[in-house]
Amino acid sequence: MVEIIKQPWTWYVAGVLIGLTVPALLLLGNKHFGVSSSLRHICAACMPSKIPFFQYDWKKEAWNLFFVAGMLLGGIVATQFLSNPDPIQISSQTVQDLQALNIEVDHNLMPSSIFSFDNLFTMKGLIFFVLGGFLVGFGTRYASGCTSGHTIMGLSNLQWPSLVATCCFMIGGLAMTHLIFPWIVKLF
Amino acid sequence: MDSQTLLKTKLDMQLVENNRKSKPVVVDHPIACEAQNDQLSDESLIGSNIKYLLLGVLFGIVFVKAEIISWYRIQEMFRFHSFHMYGVIGTAVLVGMTSVWIIKKFKIKTIQGETVVFHDKKFQWGNVIGSTLFGLGWAITGACPGPIFAQIGSGFTVVSITLLSAIAGTWVYGLVREKLPH
Repeated sequence: MVEIIKQPWTWYVAGVLIGLTVPALLLLGNKHFGVSSSLRHICAACMPSKIPFFQYDWKKEAWNLFFVAGMLLGGIVATQFLSNPDPIQISSQTVQDLQALNIEVDHNLMPSSIFSFDNLFTMKGLIFFVLGGFLVGFGTRYASGCTSGHTIMGLSNLQWPSLVATCCFMIGGLAMTHLIFPWIVKLF
Repeated sequence: MDSQTLLKTKLDMQLVENNRKSKPVVVDHPIACEAQNDQLSDESLIGSNIKYLLLGVLFGIVFVKAEIISWYRIQEMFRFHSFHMYGVIGTAVLVGMTSVWIIKKFKIKTIQGETVVFHDKKFQWGNVIGSTLFGLGWAITGACPGPIFAQIGSGFTVVSITLLSAIAGTWVYGLVREKLPH
């Protein structure tokens, strides 16, 4: 059993489990699936700074913070106890593309040549952590949701603004990958 | 009321009406939380919320085990080199959709016996502009907000800087939102 769990999980297994989170949250306590809102609650709890957007009872939304804390713990559990011993299988075309961009492809889930503390105060760090993170935080709130709130919860509830949002997530991602990224890597 | 006063009153009303028209239109976009908590019965901070922590743990495990947190998988997705991420998201949406349909159809109650509440999302231009900005960030970091937490948990502790920056981004949005088109 554990051997099976240690293998990378197929898309439909993951898809079904993620999809079931929607009814699980609704039936456990009328909660609407969404993750990026946790970032707002952190702002409201730690530095509301009299900004109207952060003036609300964040304690009522504390479930969301427990949920994301759980995700962090889940990451620890999966990596410490259920980790796949084999290297990650990435499509050979993607490997070629990344090598052409001078990005080293290793066997971890994330390229260590980018995601390490050594890069923190370099151009790589500035772009991958600081700029990337800022766009994620600013963009999701401006969009009123992320892949969970719009793509999964919103589409599940047949909300057309969520479909618009999902298409724009893709447009932004495609523009970054194909148009901007080749230009960014020249900075390193 | 003599004709003079009547005229004055009419003029006043006209003035009020004009003022109302020239006032900047207050943009109606949700200031309320988007991942709503619609539970009516009381919740204790730890006792009631611990179940969401456990659900989060399961969720985090799925994220890592299906390699959804992998920067490489996101690259594959945006390069259309693999079906994996499309399969995951597509299945999740289908399962979510079916579940919501079943809950509505059979009026299934929450474990507290409350009616499940659904909200309509109102379109605002942030759905286009904000979503595109997030898409740009998604392709750089290889993470949407959920996987950020799971990435940190799976040992890529430097992603905590990404998280801090994402919190800063959310804060800046809160600061400037009145000036942004919605």
